Amino acid sequence: MIGLHVRKTLKGSGKNIELQLSLDIKKGEFVTLYGESGAGKTSALRLLSGLLTPDVGTITVDGRVWFDAEKHINLPSQTRKLGYVFQDYALFPHMTVRQNLEFALTKAQDGAIVVELLEFMELSDLQDRKPMTLSGGQKQRVALARALVQQPEILILDEPLSALDYAMRVKLQTYILRIHKKFKLTTILVSHDIGEIVRMSDRVIELKQGKVIKTATTADFFGLNKASAKFRFTGEIISIQKEDVIYVVGVLIGNEVVKVIADLAEVRQLAIGDKVYVASKAFNPIIQKI
Amino acid sequence: MDWNPLLLTFKLALVTTVILLLLAIPLAYWLSYSKARIKPVIETLVSMPLVLPPTVIGFYMLVAFSPTSVIGSWLLEWLGIKLLFSFSGLVVGSVVYSLPFMVHPVQAGLASLSPSLKEAAYMMGKSKFTTLFKVLLPNIKPALLTGIVLTFAHTVGEFGVVLMIGGNMPGKTKVASIAIYDEVEALNYAAANSYSLILFAVTFSILLLVYLTNGGYLKRFLK
Repeated sequence: MIGLHVRKTLKGSGKNIELQLSLDIKKGEFVTLYGESGAGKTSALRLLSGLLTPDVGTITVDGRVWFDAEKHINLPSQTRKLGYVFQDYALFPHMTVRQNLEFALTKAQDGAIVVELLEFMELSDLQDRKPMTLSGGQKQRVALARALVQQPEILILDEPLSALDYAMRVKLQTYILRIHKKFKLTTILVSHDIGEIVRMSDRVIELKQGKVIKTATTADFFGLNKASAKFRFTGEIISIQKEDVIYVVGVLIGNEVVKVIADLAEVRQLAIGDKVYVASKAFNPIIQKI
Repeated sequence: MDWNPLLLTFKLALVTTVILLLLAIPLAYWLSYSKARIKPVIETLVSMPLVLPPTVIGFYMLVAFSPTSVIGSWLLEWLGIKLLFSFSGLVVGSVVYSLPFMVHPVQAGLASLSPSLKEAAYMMGKSKFTTLFKVLLPNIKPALLTGIVLTFAHTVGEFGVVLMIGGNMPGKTKVASIAIYDEVEALNYAAANSYSLILFAVTFSILLLVYLTNGGYLKRFLK
């Protein structure tokens, strides 16, 4: 559905960054762009949405050409039907929650969708509040609802949950998944949070220094298929302690620390700061680096 | 006391402020978002009236608007406008002289807004024009108010430019600041004092109102 094959030189402070992106995304997919800061994830979203113009290449969506450098086609952002959720939410401070949603209506559109979205996102009680008086999670829900007013087929989420605490993230992940399914969206998420990616996305595209270096289904990407597990959580190692003949590994999963027992052979492969998953096969939990 | 100089002063300030508001919004918008190479030059030109002695601006306008100059004769022949020693001349001079006082606050206001506000509106299919008037300007109201008031107050206090291009014609170009100078020259201190006191009181009240509004004191008081 989406084919983005472009090149763009970004003039950064100091050195230029060469973006050379090639992405193909299928209709209805939930795709995550993954990679370090500065890898070009946000730029990829901006190129797709027309906020940034490629130097060369083509962007086609649903068989329509959005951008073609050779044919001098470049649809303005205004006509690219995308729901875009910005990292800082970009809610209009002078409008109430409801007015923020109503502003997004097109001239021909019926206002019923606003009421529907307010209810769906559980915002009805907050509809007359100004964004400044809302919590981070509430703002995020408004931003999501607003992005859906024009009923886009593609939803773009630029690190939408990075400013929220763990409990709020989990809650919003559920919202996003519900939206994705209910409105049959093609969703592109930018995220570094492995737990979040595993929970939400079908496919992961890893970027490094402006290029796609790996693309795979989420399970393959993080090697989750190797163990057939009864339960599985991803986390980060925060401590490794020797206790007599065994080792106790402290793993931060979400906001909880889990202690997992490991033997010397396992501990040799692990270091503090490693991303790991903790899984259980029948009775004994296993721990493996990902 | 002759009220004409005072009325003329406020009329000039009002007309100048309205014209500058219309002029400064597109100019400030361009200065905030443009990446054109010529931008630093335009920025410098806009700021020049801050540092240049008003007499310099007045002098060049005097030369430019004189019927013997290219601009002056063109204006007179084609548009029938005589800018020298006339109220319209004072307006043109004041617009140039007060330009930075309107452009700078508006430009700073626009620059302080997160770029994602503008981009979010674009992604909703809103035009640049709609975005400016429905999203950007409503969020920089304090900056707009500051610009309006500073321009008004600055025009009220103008002396050098007015004297150079307007002269001292009662009812036409004799504004309050010139009337004060006149009265002092004539050793008529009482009259000079009444003009001065009124200017002082009016400008003080206007500025106080801005600080009260922008500081949110007024809202708290009215609650």
